[in-house]
Amino acid sequence: MTRYDSLADAVGNTPLVGLPRLSPRWDGAAGQPAVRLWAKLEDRNPTGSIKDRAALAMVAAAEADGRLSPGCTILEPTSGNTGISLAMIAKLKGYGIVCVMPENTSAERRQLLEMFGARIVSSPAAGGSNQAVAMAKQLAAENPEWVMLYQYGNPANAQAHYDGTGPEILADLPSVTHFVAGLGTTGTLMGAGRFLREKVPGIQVIAAEPRYGELVYGLRNIDEGFVPELYDDSVLTSRFSVTSYDALRRTRDLVESEGIFAGISTGAILHAALATADRALKAGQQADVVFLVCDGGWKYLSTGAYSGSLQQAAEQLEGQLWA
Amino acid sequence: MAVEVKIPTILRTYTDGAKSVPGEGANLAALFEDLESRHAGLRSRLITEDGSLHRFVNVYVNDEDVRFTGSLDTTLSDGDAVTILPAVAGGSLDPRRAAPTR
Repeated sequence: MTRYDSLADAVGNTPLVGLPRLSPRWDGAAGQPAVRLWAKLEDRNPTGSIKDRAALAMVAAAEADGRLSPGCTILEPTSGNTGISLAMIAKLKGYGIVCVMPENTSAERRQLLEMFGARIVSSPAAGGSNQAVAMAKQLAAENPEWVMLYQYGNPANAQAHYDGTGPEILADLPSVTHFVAGLGTTGTLMGAGRFLREKVPGIQVIAAEPRYGELVYGLRNIDEGFVPELYDDSVLTSRFSVTSYDALRRTRDLVESEGIFAGISTGAILHAALATADRALKAGQQADVVFLVCDGGWKYLSTGAYSGSLQQAAEQLEGQLWA
Repeated sequence: MAVEVKIPTILRTYTDGAKSVPGEGANLAALFEDLESRHAGLRSRLITEDGSLHRFVNVYVNDEDVRFTGSLDTTLSDGDAVTILPAVAGGSLDPRRAAPTR
């Protein structure tokens, strides 16, 4: 079924594609079990990222419980993709939208948000997305008529992946042994991870999180950290921290070997997926490793991620939030 | 086991500004004891009074979060890279005020 009544109905049901060239061993044989990598292409969602799923679910839940009604204004802290998804849905449904976004996110994200009609409030680069969250909470308190959906703590975010992403993976690949995704709001891993752990005994759920340069971590105080309210570490089986350099390297590997042009956070996820696949190979275990392609590379062209040497690109990325 | 420990900016007051310091230990708990002998005060920033890893500190051995590999009992091998980082989803938010506003 590829006909839909509206763009919002076209969210989800994304393709799962095999990576025969990047997989450690695509064709298994006796005594040499297959270790295969599969990419779920979330860039095929209407606004080009996995965030369409959470945005649609959070808006639907807020409409159902009466918090959102026509004419309302949505407020959200976002590093970009969630804002773009919410702005698209807000346009379809007639809501206003205000996005609080760190000033060091890519120019493309800003342009897209403006094009979709969002009002952008910039938060200081040094505070990262945590300060965007804090500013949004302050704005919510000052503007009680605005509706903050709050992706970091909204159960509908994780539920979208419990109801959609997880079941889609299992339907397409019942032999899945590992699921690898990025850790931001934690909604994807909590939702799809929980679903898969309930249905697939022994499945490994692996998180990849970005490790930024010192410019991003510099001012953070260890006593005042931030863990999203959705996060429950019992859903995960391991968690990798991936440097900008490794994320970029894998982003380029993905397009070179398999023709998939993905965003930088997908490179970080692939890095963790490859480490996972390598372990299975060394242990002589059959593995079907599913990882998420969160978005395409289009929104990151201006960061220089795809041109010049890896080292140059990594240096240019220093201090920018890329996931 | 001799390892390299990367120190985040916020904790470099304990290492005379050094970005990374050498350390030794068969596991992470032993490593932190060893570091404390040369960088007094560092251990108490990483480990709570009840002996567990501080909630807002993430420690990685070769890029893998130790909370999933045995926490302070995570074993170390020669040449391992240990990285200490503040927990982020992105900055400087007080967790005591982090409850959703709606």
